[in-house]
Amino acid sequence: MADIKKKQFHVGKLITDWAAVIAVVFLLLFFSAKMPETFATGANFTTIFRSIAVTTVMAMGLTMTLAVGGFDLSAGSTATMASFILMSLLIWYDMNVWLAILLTIGGTLLITLCTMFLIVVCKIPDLLATCAMMFFLDGLSLTYSGGGAISAGMPRPDGSQSLGSVPAVLKTMGTSPTIIVIMAAVVVFVHIFLNYTKYGRYIYGVGGNRTAARLSGIPVQRYRIIAGLMAGTFIALAGILVASRNQSAQINGAAGFSMPALSAVFIGRSVAGQGKPNAIGTLIGATLVGVLDNGLVMMSVPYYSLNAIKGVVLAIALASAYYTTKEE
Amino acid sequence: MQKKDKVTLKVQGVSIEFPGVKALSDVDFSIETGEIRAIVGANGAGKSTLMKVLAGANPGYTGTILYNDKPVDIRTPQKAKDLGIEIVYQEVDMALFPAQTVAENVMMNHLINGMKTPFVNWNKLRNKARETLERLHIQVDVNRLVGELTLAEKQMVLIARAVREKCGFLILDEPTAPLSVSETKELFEIVKGLIQKENIAVIFISHRLGEVMEICEKVDVMRNGRMVGRLEVTPRLTSKMIVDMMLGKSFEENFPKAVTKCGDVAFEVKNLWDQGGAVQDVSLNIRQGEIVGISGLVGAGKTELCKVLFGDRKRKEGQIFLRGKELIIRSPTDAVKAGMGLVPEERRKEGVLVDEPVYFNLSAASLSSYCNPAGFVNKKAELENAGRYISSLGIKTPSEHQLVRYLSGGNQQKVAVGKWLSADCQVYIFDEPTKGVDVGAKHDIFQLITDIAGAGKCVLYVTSETAEILAITDRTYVMYGGRVTAELRTADTTEEEIMYYSTGGQ
Repeated sequence: MADIKKKQFHVGKLITDWAAVIAVVFLLLFFSAKMPETFATGANFTTIFRSIAVTTVMAMGLTMTLAVGGFDLSAGSTATMASFILMSLLIWYDMNVWLAILLTIGGTLLITLCTMFLIVVCKIPDLLATCAMMFFLDGLSLTYSGGGAISAGMPRPDGSQSLGSVPAVLKTMGTSPTIIVIMAAVVVFVHIFLNYTKYGRYIYGVGGNRTAARLSGIPVQRYRIIAGLMAGTFIALAGILVASRNQSAQINGAAGFSMPALSAVFIGRSVAGQGKPNAIGTLIGATLVGVLDNGLVMMSVPYYSLNAIKGVVLAIALASAYYTTKEE
Repeated sequence: MQKKDKVTLKVQGVSIEFPGVKALSDVDFSIETGEIRAIVGANGAGKSTLMKVLAGANPGYTGTILYNDKPVDIRTPQKAKDLGIEIVYQEVDMALFPAQTVAENVMMNHLINGMKTPFVNWNKLRNKARETLERLHIQVDVNRLVGELTLAEKQMVLIARAVREKCGFLILDEPTAPLSVSETKELFEIVKGLIQKENIAVIFISHRLGEVMEICEKVDVMRNGRMVGRLEVTPRLTSKMIVDMMLGKSFEENFPKAVTKCGDVAFEVKNLWDQGGAVQDVSLNIRQGEIVGISGLVGAGKTELCKVLFGDRKRKEGQIFLRGKELIIRSPTDAVKAGMGLVPEERRKEGVLVDEPVYFNLSAASLSSYCNPAGFVNKKAELENAGRYISSLGIKTPSEHQLVRYLSGGNQQKVAVGKWLSADCQVYIFDEPTKGVDVGAKHDIFQLITDIAGAGKCVLYVTSETAEILAITDRTYVMYGGRVTAELRTADTTEEEIMYYSTGGQ
């Protein structure tokens, strides 16, 4: 027992547990030193949080999915579909904004149910099922919109003039502080749900070892579906936020958030030695991605090189989080 | 291959120690090509350990191995292969590539070591594989994917791979345990053919004494890590003589079994069949406070029986009653709700969540009782409960927050049992609960199970260790081939009698 305790204070373990936090702090110090006038300002930190809000909300959905032992490549496409549903209801049908948001979430959950059907009933591995859904949804959202974006003043697919406009509520949602409040609420909700309720514990149990969970009497399929539907709700919310920031539904509008969100979850897994997807870790992961993005743009790194640098930093963060993992 | 000079393999004074256990002590063994030798012994006697030494999979041995009277060091599987020692493990899937064809699997050693060009000549590969299979009279199409083969066919593929190139010694570790009677017969034909045609020795490990006497000339008997004797197979040799030699005094015989007072029949199973045919027409009952054993060899259907009872395996027919009320069990969730608990055989894979802390595991089956109606966990009550079971079960852990991964096997098992104690079950099913735990922990687990029965619960104790059945149960059912072949009162039976029914009563 004694040497186990010793191991917990081992330097390697320390780095593994705090890699993401160390990286965030390092980047903050680095960018602040380089650009004290522009980077280290309150306004810029608000900008950073606003920019990571969509990623974080989507990543909270993916945290649920990964916590139950699943995987999702289609989050971006699902969120894009959600933004198309929302904007079509508002612009084409001039619907009440709250009803439109409810219907958007409902529609997205139907899509999630299809995904869950493929995974749970048809037993397609998560990666493949969501890959198929990604293609399907990319095509479906464009087919639905008639092949283009949906924004105020543009005609409907049948050529008639649309009457609706982007309501004020939706305009506020996409700006700070509202978007940051929404993000914080989602993080707090997921954190409490996963850590302090029995449902969260069952979800971790199923994700940790499906057989042992089943043999403990936990209804495994039910919790896989519950986690999936909760993930679907957050992904719908991410789509709504994307639409509100763009004031329209754009082609592949939310696709770019999928990979940063997944990265955030994976970076966050090891934070504080949790060893499993968790809300706080994911938030730190998303912050890492956001700070990097913001700082690099401010340093006038050309936009076409951004992804290369992000990839390298991501690889370093993940390597330090995973390299001590023992093989069974 | 022509008959060549005989090759001998001798093991002298080989010992090996694992943490806490002396798995082999001072074992002598020798064999020469052209012979089929059986090694028998109870579970944990050291048969597989010895074979792993020969196959290079136990590099930590001490002692001497002589190959044609020249000392050799077998510390890696590659070294064993170089000497022509090949082993076919019972878990055939570990050594096969399911997505590749029979031809590739048979020729795998050639593909890895023997390729002169980077390109595969498919025709040649298939023809060579086909030749090998034909030589051994194995009828499997070389173009089939290994993943689609039956277990018996997979074994044949492995045997073909093993003997394709300069194999001198072929070790078959319990090859017949999962096979049907006709498949076993086919396997024996192939093995006999091997001996006649190739310059090879076959070492055959089996629990089925009938088979051993049918196919082997000599039987080596092991017990508690020692080689205790050799018997020649003659018409006079009986199963009983082998069994007598296999058994010895052990820890279990010294376990003081409390005399239990049993109540009325509380748990009853009537004519249970599963959907794969692994459990056939099983009926049993357990009285309140009674420990009922299910004994039988590996592959007799014991684990499958546990899983059907617990709703984790599809039931075809049969009824389960608890206190006269029929239980509708379609899933483990139903079973837990009905008051049943299963401590499964594969502890780390099925019994505990190794990446979660002790307290998490202890309340995994009873979490609702620490929750308010909204589903929020009362962590304080949960930790208190965990602390209570940690001290009452004597779980050795620095705290409730320790990950179960870092506990020893015996302590993990206590956690797996504690989970059901927390849930206050009425029926406890233990599937090989002492597998992989040391003697001290074994004693604790026995005590724990006795206490559970003492509290008026029903206990089903499933094991292939006859000694444990005698030590802890009040009554036992013996299974063979998925059926219950005998019901015995523990006080009136003997290890020999149980072994007799476990091996099919031959």
